[in-house]
Amino acid sequence: MMYDVCIIGAGVVGCAVARELSRYEVSACVIERCEDVCCGTSKANSAIIHAGYDAPAGSLMARLNVRGNERMEELSRELDFPFRRNGSLVVCLDAGEMPALQALYERGLANNVKGLRLLSGEEALLMEPHLQEGLAGALYAPTGGIICPFLLTIALAENAVVNGVEFRFNTKVNSIGRAGDHYLTETENGAVESRCVVNAAGVYADVFHNMVSEDKIHITPRKGEYCLLDRSEGTHVRHTIFMMPGRLGKGVLVSPTVHGNLIVGPTAADIGDKEGVNTTREGLEEVAARAALTVKDLPLAQVITSFAGLRAHEDGHAFIIGEPKDAEGFVDAAGIESPGLSSAPAIGEMVADIVRGRLHLHKKTDFRAQRTGILNPARLEMAERNELICREPAYGKIICRCEGVTEGEIVDAIRRPLGARSLDGIKRRTRAGMGRCQAGFCSPRVMEILSRELSLPVEEITKAGGASAIVTGRTKGGHVLESSRMGDNL
Amino acid sequence: MRAYDIVIVGGGPAGLAAAVAAKKAGAGDILILERDREMGGILNQCIHNGFGLHTFQEELTGPEYAGRFLAMARQLGIPCEIDTMVLEIGSDKVVTAMNHKKGMFRIRAGAVILAMGCRERARGALQIPGYRPAGIFSAGTAQRLVNMEGYMPGREVVILGSGDIGLIMARRMTLEGAKVKVVAERLPYCGGLQRNVVQCLEDYGIPLKLCHTVVDIRGRERLEGVTLARVDESGRPIPGTEEDYACDTLLLSVGLIPENELSRSMGVEMDRITAGPVVNESLETNIPGVFACGNVLHVHDLVDYVSEEAARAGENAARFVRGLLPECEGAVSVVAGRGVRYCVPGRIDITRMAERLPVRFRVDRIYKEALLTVRCDGKLVLHKRKKMIKPGEMEEILLPREKCLAQSGLRSIVIAVEEG
Repeated sequence: MMYDVCIIGAGVVGCAVARELSRYEVSACVIERCEDVCCGTSKANSAIIHAGYDAPAGSLMARLNVRGNERMEELSRELDFPFRRNGSLVVCLDAGEMPALQALYERGLANNVKGLRLLSGEEALLMEPHLQEGLAGALYAPTGGIICPFLLTIALAENAVVNGVEFRFNTKVNSIGRAGDHYLTETENGAVESRCVVNAAGVYADVFHNMVSEDKIHITPRKGEYCLLDRSEGTHVRHTIFMMPGRLGKGVLVSPTVHGNLIVGPTAADIGDKEGVNTTREGLEEVAARAALTVKDLPLAQVITSFAGLRAHEDGHAFIIGEPKDAEGFVDAAGIESPGLSSAPAIGEMVADIVRGRLHLHKKTDFRAQRTGILNPARLEMAERNELICREPAYGKIICRCEGVTEGEIVDAIRRPLGARSLDGIKRRTRAGMGRCQAGFCSPRVMEILSRELSLPVEEITKAGGASAIVTGRTKGGHVLESSRMGDNL
Repeated sequence: MRAYDIVIVGGGPAGLAAAVAAKKAGAGDILILERDREMGGILNQCIHNGFGLHTFQEELTGPEYAGRFLAMARQLGIPCEIDTMVLEIGSDKVVTAMNHKKGMFRIRAGAVILAMGCRERARGALQIPGYRPAGIFSAGTAQRLVNMEGYMPGREVVILGSGDIGLIMARRMTLEGAKVKVVAERLPYCGGLQRNVVQCLEDYGIPLKLCHTVVDIRGRERLEGVTLARVDESGRPIPGTEEDYACDTLLLSVGLIPENELSRSMGVEMDRITAGPVVNESLETNIPGVFACGNVLHVHDLVDYVSEEAARAGENAARFVRGLLPECEGAVSVVAGRGVRYCVPGRIDITRMAERLPVRFRVDRIYKEALLTVRCDGKLVLHKRKKMIKPGEMEEILLPREKCLAQSGLRSIVIAVEEG
């Protein structure tokens, strides 16, 4: 079949484009090499919604950042994902750098960032007592926010599916080429024909762009390493604390997350490997050392996990959005590094608008803008919660004790559109396994639920698709006899 | 609101022994709340033998040991709610819990016994660099998969950490046909019991590399290998000592952490070293009528000691609800002196202490030809010579009441390694 649009990549940008396009009468499909949405750059970043003072005044990046930030509240209500404007502080440690902070403030004004304020060191310390004393001043941006990148991406994707977009997972694109008046995308699972292609391939966006255009671009994977701290430390700071931005980005930040943890990172190291998401000793040590420059008494003994993500850094540090001159109908969303997550809703609008113009699309009359997320029973009153458990006993069974996730939520995560198929899929949708024991207790139970719900043998349950099976087979005894278990009947 | 004399949080060895002892000591209504789908706690997955040598003078498996206590609890008619998660305990001892049959419910407890056990330290806490593929398990999770679910976590195994579960799993995986290539321990001594080193590693020719740690993890989907390196005295890897091991499984046995989230949220005072509650001679926390025992209090090596300690907690809880536990009158602190990491209990009300009170502690490194001393306000009241003492093996002294009473105005009791 011939699609109107084929979107390469189911990260936050691909899913935002898919959701915006699904407002129109359009046939669209998203092609993703991994087993789920949000498996690349979108999953491993600071989880921050930037206010928008960083990008050069008048740049596309600045405009999309501010627009994305503005849209986030409404979007979080429409699509039911957590978002909180906790405000951010850029901390200036050295009085000599105050002019640079002033410049940042002025750039913010030029970018139309609302509510910016320059604070003295004392004012900043009053707001955030764990800042290092002796700071020279700070830039306060009340519109800065925090978000869950998984839940944002999943929400966008689910809503796109409900509005008719197809998703194909485990489908790696090998090549893209012109075929007369349309594009032919060759994948590992056959070819896909489409009138337009949207290139939202993250660190691989240069590869696909360069297949169709002579105007070459180059993207460098820029690694960022992070530490995530236990929820017991989630209020060590209440705002997102940035240091003064430098050549390689915005430096190491310390921030609460919407789930109540504390996140510290990232480093910034340009690497050659587009798959190089390993952490390093040096990187993790650097995170700790640099975070301590702005925030004191960081409880790093409470780190529960560390991870690395790759930013898709384009040589000119610019968002490349639009059609190359020599490739009509091929729409890039390339070079989407920070503030890419913040800008994603606006990038979705912009790309969808380009495609609409190209294909002369019309709005649907039956577009469904609302999406309901996975019910969190902990938010219910006791009586409501008991009604729910009475109806659905699975909501009375806690599977993940650290995060208090019930079987009901896990089953919902599997059964909904684009449902979870792996431990990571469950973790990103429900937080089961995201807590302080890092899935030590719940993983056997979650594997069992996945196996039951998907009618798959436990040996085929994976951590994150592909060859990431959790167990390699049966023990010598095979099945453990039920009667040998210490049950209630003993 | 339904009221119970004693609510016990956790149906593992500590909770069961506490319940049995409390009932025998005359407590009325007792309820055990267990979050897992079977009673017995972690013992259910410990199918090896060696349990019960002190308690029953027999060598039992974990499930058999738990079975003995469960049978006693049943015989005494003590009710247990399985699949039940305690969500909150108020400082007024109102317990909020939930299961799929009753939904969320609140009960009032005359006394609470905290017996939630512990969890394993995960990779993240160690900050081991590398990729994050499938195939990395805490040793206890692997033990559950093998012994209770019947699945193999992998075939070629490296184990980091020499805690007892790691040692036991080295043998278990070997018996299941896996190749255990090495056990690496960052410290210069083994974290587990010596008998497990002999019976689980040496008997199977599995090398134990002390002063080694994992410095890299390879493999994007499934684990493909790890790199070990020797560490210096400060625990930092020494460049040039790296060795690669191909493996599809990495088991971590790198420490246990008491699960005290409930204790903290109800306002129980915690000890920084044990990560468990600070308790007095009656195993009572700073909240009167709230007791703690087993691995939630401090991590034990032997379940027999858990049962013994839990029985004391149960008896004291029974005395508390029967009005027989005198109010605590000022406490003497038990201080960890030279070479000692912590002592449990951390304080003693001499008027309430038993004739001979067990005080348990761990040392901070290996000492040979050691002299252990107990001093009451500086005066030596007890000493013990030991050929060797190790952090991996819990030490115990029995503190005589009369010696404490003899010292008028006693303020502190210091336990120390004075020689060695």
